[in-house]
Amino acid sequence: MSGEREWKERDVRFETLSGIPLKPLYTPDDIAGRSDDERLGKPGAYPFTRGVYPTMYRGRLWTMRMFAGFGRPEDTNARFKYLLAQGQTGLSTAFDMPALMGYDADHPRARGEVGKEGVSISTLDDFERLFADIPLGEVTTSMTINCTASVALAMYLAVADKQGVAWERLGGTMQNDMLKEFIAQKEWICPPEPAVRIVTDMIEFTARHVPRFNPVSISGYHIREAGSTAVQELAFTLADGLGYVEAALARGLDIDSFAPRLSFFFDIHNDFFEEIAKLRAARRMWARFMKERYGAKKPESMRLRTHTQTAGVSATAQQPLNNVARVAIQALAAVLGGAQSLHTNSYDETWALPTEDAVTVALRTQQIIAEETGVALTIDPLGGSYFLETLTDQMEAQAQRYIDQIDAMGGMISAIDNGFPQKEIADAAYRYQLMEDRGDKITVGVNKYVMREGKPINYLRIDERVETEQIERTARFKAARDMSRVERRLKQLADACRNGGNVMPVLVDAVKDYASLGEISDVYRQVFGLYREPIIF
Amino acid sequence: MSPERTVRVVVAKPGLDGHDRGAKIVARALRDAGFEVIYTGLHQTPEQIVATAIQEDADAIGLSVLSGAHNYLFKRVLELLREKGAEDVVIFGGGIIPPEDIAALKAIGVKELFTPGTSTQDIVRFVREHVRAAV
Repeated sequence: MSGEREWKERDVRFETLSGIPLKPLYTPDDIAGRSDDERLGKPGAYPFTRGVYPTMYRGRLWTMRMFAGFGRPEDTNARFKYLLAQGQTGLSTAFDMPALMGYDADHPRARGEVGKEGVSISTLDDFERLFADIPLGEVTTSMTINCTASVALAMYLAVADKQGVAWERLGGTMQNDMLKEFIAQKEWICPPEPAVRIVTDMIEFTARHVPRFNPVSISGYHIREAGSTAVQELAFTLADGLGYVEAALARGLDIDSFAPRLSFFFDIHNDFFEEIAKLRAARRMWARFMKERYGAKKPESMRLRTHTQTAGVSATAQQPLNNVARVAIQALAAVLGGAQSLHTNSYDETWALPTEDAVTVALRTQQIIAEETGVALTIDPLGGSYFLETLTDQMEAQAQRYIDQIDAMGGMISAIDNGFPQKEIADAAYRYQLMEDRGDKITVGVNKYVMREGKPINYLRIDERVETEQIERTARFKAARDMSRVERRLKQLADACRNGGNVMPVLVDAVKDYASLGEISDVYRQVFGLYREPIIF
Repeated sequence: MSPERTVRVVVAKPGLDGHDRGAKIVARALRDAGFEVIYTGLHQTPEQIVATAIQEDADAIGLSVLSGAHNYLFKRVLELLREKGAEDVVIFGGGIIPPEDIAALKAIGVKELFTPGTSTQDIVRFVREHVRAAV
């Protein structure tokens, strides 16, 4: 109409970070297709869209679990105690690259890496120092470790025995998600089939003997950090989960005997609503798979419980304090998405492992959300939003298309052999980088609002003597062992690997006789062979 | 005028760390910019990387390290190149590398280090300006 102002939109892309186009406004028409019962249900009830527990954060806040590990075991032990003293409610252990890849500190391939990206662990002696004076029956401990997770679990159980804590009382989580290693995090020893077989041994073993322990944390975090979209993260993570379920069922386990202890781990990136929608869609989809595809009867089997972590990949080296704001907003999305546990990244992590000061700000960010903002006072406060419900449905539909493709390939191991998820992620990562390079996607302080760099921030340095000290200590410790016992245990392990027996009982005995992480990994290498990745870029 | 051979770059992941998003993006960006790119894949020893570079007659090696092991790994690659008489190969890299270490690594011969947030255009420009094809 003439004389009326013409309302123009800004010249930007109206789409989510994953490229889902966004309408200017969402209305009741957008969510007319499904009933509330089908879409949402009640909190703590199928399909768990609104949350896995009836009371959610009114009953208990999420676990504030800061990932920590560096240097010698006693360095990390001190950081653990500091974090517990600051009000953290669970432990989360970062191991160094040699431990993660199955090498002792004194192995030539460990040179330059000991204690750098996490804590150095070679033998039970190190594990005992790592958890010294920490009552394992009272805290829950998560361990980010995968191809050597079986060794770490055995060592944890051995430490519990020494502390006199019954295994039934132990709570915690092993990451132990090997499928996503081949897709994203890329820490491996042997090929996918034997790798999943060891994971299945652990699922079976913990279901019988360590009932409060989560034997696997099915992880989208690394998939996202490797450059995937939110939809790909959702789809590949759930498809990995289905892979473990299939493997455990093939072992003859009953779905309701192990499904309740499968846990998840998602990345929380910058796109606020997309991340909340992702967590809600993940819960609904998993519940449906468990109930409809596998006939689970227990509600606990259908609950997708998840740890979350703010997106390391979104942090910038430029203007590092801006990361505090990013982390706060991402953490808020995790809470509004109904996470069970959360790690908030520190602002200095694009430069080095975090300092104590930086970690404290990150932990306080969670405490501010929990205690000051009021967002934890009611359940799923955004449920019913026309926009959020539409986005949740869209993410579900798009992720389901990927899962159908993977099913058609014969499941995740075949898809990995075909390089399918690897290629999808590499393509998405490259697309994202080009958008950022062209300025189609704004990163504050990087391609907009750029400043000349100010004075560098303080960062954590790992003393070079840590490596020398750990190498010496490991070598000394190994030299003092009864080698005939070690060799007998390693032989028993090799036999179990070959004849299909569960490796876990053998491993607990082996680490108690001080077989090292590297020696045990050598058995895996010899029996199962090494994995070689397809080169895709 | 004899046509110059295309510049050949080895993009490598030394050490045990599996973070390969950056390395793959850089490999692809350099390939798209017209360079010949060999990506080594993960978990390479310095010896393997130098052997690849010599075998492929590379003009430059881009090393990506996010595990904190950069001081040892970059230095070892430089030493091995010198031992093999291949010190004309340009070494550059990127990763989680603090400012002090960047300065120290440049002082021992690393040509450039890129930190998170670097655009691929900057890396392409660097290779164009600093790497010449061996004749």
